[in-house]
Amino acid sequence: MGLDQDQFLYLLQAGRLAAMFNYLANPTRFLKIQAAVQPWLAALTVAVLGYGLYLGLFVAPPDYQQGETVRIMFIHVPASSLALGLYVFMAFAHAIGFIFRHPLAEVAAKSAAPIGAVLTLISLVTGSLWGKPMWGAWWVWDARLTSMFVLFLLYLGYIAVWQAVDEPHRAARIAGIVALVGVINVPIIKFSVEWWNTLHQPASLLRKGGPAVDPAILTPLLWNMAGFALLAATLLFMSMRAEVLARRVRQMEMAQVGRAG
Amino acid sequence: MSVFFSLLWRDVLLAFRAGGGIGTAFGFFLTVIVLLPIGIGPDQALLQRIAPGALWIALLMSVLLSADRIYTADYEDGSLEVMALGPAPLEVAALAKALAHWLTSGLPLAIAAPLLGFLLNLDVALAPRLAASMLIGSVALSMLAALGAAITVGLRKGGLLISLLILPLYIPLMIFGVSASTGGMSGPDISSSSFLVLTAIVLVAVVTSPIASAAALRAHMR
Repeated sequence: MGLDQDQFLYLLQAGRLAAMFNYLANPTRFLKIQAAVQPWLAALTVAVLGYGLYLGLFVAPPDYQQGETVRIMFIHVPASSLALGLYVFMAFAHAIGFIFRHPLAEVAAKSAAPIGAVLTLISLVTGSLWGKPMWGAWWVWDARLTSMFVLFLLYLGYIAVWQAVDEPHRAARIAGIVALVGVINVPIIKFSVEWWNTLHQPASLLRKGGPAVDPAILTPLLWNMAGFALLAATLLFMSMRAEVLARRVRQMEMAQVGRAG
Repeated sequence: MSVFFSLLWRDVLLAFRAGGGIGTAFGFFLTVIVLLPIGIGPDQALLQRIAPGALWIALLMSVLLSADRIYTADYEDGSLEVMALGPAPLEVAALAKALAHWLTSGLPLAIAAPLLGFLLNLDVALAPRLAASMLIGSVALSMLAALGAAITVGLRKGGLLISLLILPLYIPLMIFGVSASTGGMSGPDISSSSFLVLTAIVLVAVVTSPIASAAALRAHMR
């Protein structure tokens, strides 16, 4: 059976990807790479997020209707989109853990959960602060607020499962089921609450015909989104390191108990 | 197949004979329905407006109340391991147990709800719709309750965790269930399309819940 050149190149590419995937499957190697990358990533985070916040809080013009309160957006929007993105990331990591038994996938998912939960909380709190002057209430049962709140509950349930199950491998499997069931439900919940009630403005960044936001606002927003994403990546790597080390400590303790008994 | 039916029959019998199953769910349902008018006042018009939603809340909570019992006893006395080792896949056992839970909690409550609804001055014209949407929707309530029970079986604080895990999954059912029962409080009548979406969610739950439950049970018994 002959392969033409395209097929050959495709296979080669796939092989390379798989090799990289396997290369990172070694926790010791991960710790080494993480230690090397961490300071640079942290520095980049500080730079991008700092610049983004400076642009958002001082340079961007106030909105003609909303005044200075519009600046809440530069925290609110990146936090919200990242909160949702991290949940999907978590479920994706668990799927990889189930399919390939990648040893770091579940560590990544577990580490992503508290970051995502805090971002969801930030999104809820800033949204509430923004809602008070705009809608006249701290909380309204609007579709997007409700789905964010439900996302927060999904995060809490997921974290609680990790807390409740002692043995890490068992906890990983069960938490994976929770995350995958949750991610199937995220679109259903979103659709259902929109059906139920909507007051929030529709999506204005990702839509047909380009963003409906003025460049003076859009540029700082994009900087902030990049900054938040970098921040999440930095925290994720740090948290993953802690988790890998915690598992080693646990193994050593088990070995010690085994020797003693 | 015979394994499926014998498991189903066993669980239904257990629910009847061991007590605490249907009776508790009914008692809880009735308590919510009776306490509600006392709490918010006997205004007939207000009660009529909130009746479908209140009945759905009562149904949901009654189903949730009995959820953590689905697997606990079988896990503790080892029957679950026999099921896992038995001739049928664990998924079949999970489906049978979820369905038995529906037969002994969701189904009787869905039948009784329109009748008890008269305590809340439920609009008679809405009663058939309410019964139909509850009958279908409660299948998914039981499927998801069984999934939550499978995830939390054998855990400390399992009962607390199960509500936290299941509540987000119940929200779409609640929304479409109430919408299918009322036809929308204002605006155009969307009850039939809501009913179709509700049915779709039920079908998804019937397929996914046994698979996910069996996976969770296997992880617990490893």
